[in-house]
Amino acid sequence: MKSLTNRSKVVSNKQMTFWERIYFPAILNGMRITFGHLFRRKATVQYPEATREFSDIYRGKHVLKRDDEGRERCTSCGLCAVACPAEAITMVSAERKPGEEHLYREEKYAAVYEINMLRCIFCGDCEEACPKEAIFLTKELVKSEYQREKFIYGKDELVESPDPAKRVDVSKRQTKEVLEFKKDKRYKHNK
Amino acid sequence: MPKVTIDNITIDVEEGTTILNAARKIGGRIVPPAMCYYSKLKGSGGKCRTCLVKVAQSSAKDPRPMPKLVASCSTPVQDGMVVQNLTSPEVAEARKGIVEFLLLNHPLDCPVCDQAGECDLQDLSFGYGMEETATEDDRREFPVIDIGDKIKLHMNRCILCYRCVYVADQLTDKRLHGILYRGDVSEISTFIGNAVTNDFSGNMIDVCPVGALTDKTARFKSRVWFLKPMDAHRACGKCPGKVAIWMFGNEIYRVTGRKDQFGEVEEFICNECRFEKKEPGDWVIEGPRHIKRQSVISANHYEEMKKQSIIDPIAGEMNKQE
Ligand code: SF4
Ligand code: SF4
Ligand code: SF4
Ligand code: FES
Repeated sequence: MKSLTNRSKVVSNKQMTFWERIYFPAILNGMRITFGHLFRRKATVQYPEATREFSDIYRGKHVLKRDDEGRERCTSCGLCAVACPAEAITMVSAERKPGEEHLYREEKYAAVYEINMLRCIFCGDCEEACPKEAIFLTKELVKSEYQREKFIYGKDELVESPDPAKRVDVSKRQTKEVLEFKKDKRYKHNK
Repeated sequence: MPKVTIDNITIDVEEGTTILNAARKIGGRIVPPAMCYYSKLKGSGGKCRTCLVKVAQSSAKDPRPMPKLVASCSTPVQDGMVVQNLTSPEVAEARKGIVEFLLLNHPLDCPVCDQAGECDLQDLSFGYGMEETATEDDRREFPVIDIGDKIKLHMNRCILCYRCVYVADQLTDKRLHGILYRGDVSEISTFIGNAVTNDFSGNMIDVCPVGALTDKTARFKSRVWFLKPMDAHRACGKCPGKVAIWMFGNEIYRVTGRKDQFGEVEEFICNECRFEKKEPGDWVIEGPRHIKRQSVISANHYEEMKKQSIIDPIAGEMNKQE
């Protein structure tokens, strides 16, 4: 029957010619290709002495942001956890007590927030889902560890330092529209 | 019996039935949404205007259309009435306006609110709302207060549907809370900070279409979509004892009434069942509740599979031919 794709090859049992039988030209050709590669640009770098340039929107380790006044932005809404395709995120919520307004932005906050970095596939769906601009992925890589438990990152690893000098800049990860929206002080989100 | 046509579907209903209830009898997507009407509470309805529909023909005797859109929850049908809901662009436009008004003072705090995921206002604004607000005024703000030791009131979120007031009026023996002031400053309140303590007061949590009244015993424990709703019952002296329990693993986080397809509880339950029976041993569990596929709660929610799969009849036919 005729092939539909026209891609099939008919196998033949043809005899090799004299030049093919002495193999010498084929070996020379192979060596030419090998030596040729010695003078090409290398595809690898000597990590960790040399590092690659990262894209501004590289998806590495997560950060839980604080707002300008240093309050935690996350309100433990669970949208990141429900969006996460790898089921990597868990959290326990708690209610803010009077007097804790300088610590947490909203009435409810995450008392425990954990991401299992072994489950995470770094898809960025969590930062996409977050309504509070609380979670972002960063250019930082997840360090290697000897124990599996160490890969479950809690708030101590994730929440950024309140020190203004050590803040993580995420503005490059946000679209023009979002940055424009953030200037609109009519919305409580931006106050 | 009057014959009424809603979105081109004709049905015979009892004399005195409202348009909304006639539509509910037909069922499906043509049922207008209702934020204040509650079939189990006498006198409810007529407050929110969410259920507006167009009456294209008033009755068989008087074929003129009604001059304005009418609230379907409080307009009785007449013989030969022709009603448009989904088929009328005018209704869609009006409803968009109504949603905007309902959201005028409603904070955008779904991430914090315990009702999110089962909130009628969320569904409504998802279906009809706009992304933008047209107003620049600040929203009303109230402190969060306890009414009784089991119920939290977030007055910010209240849309003044009056359902909770009817619960207090009709279900409990002593009415302790109602609406104070009028118009833009009205608010739900108890009589000078009185605690609401009688046996059926917890039902105001279930009837509240938004997250204004929430269960303190389940406050911030989890989000509804992480919990597994199960039908359960127990022998209770005060109420029928048929409830939905919301489980996380083997723990019961929350007990509510069983809500039907229109978001109304089938039977009111007592406070003892709702707030105090949180041990799995307290309940006879019947099985997973049916949750609509479109709901976020249906994520990872498995119900009993139908014994007969869709290909069974076809397989039967094929076997016969062989
Ligand atoms: S990046 Fe993707 S997989 Fe990782 S925690 Fe976020 S949503 Fe889950
Ligand atoms: S990180 Fe964002 S999405 Fe996740 S719980 Fe916190 S506020 Fe919600
Ligand atoms: S508290 Fe809830 S039930 Fe009561 S009037 Fe407000 S929205 Fe309606
Ligand atoms: S449901 Fe008809 S006016 Fe509110």
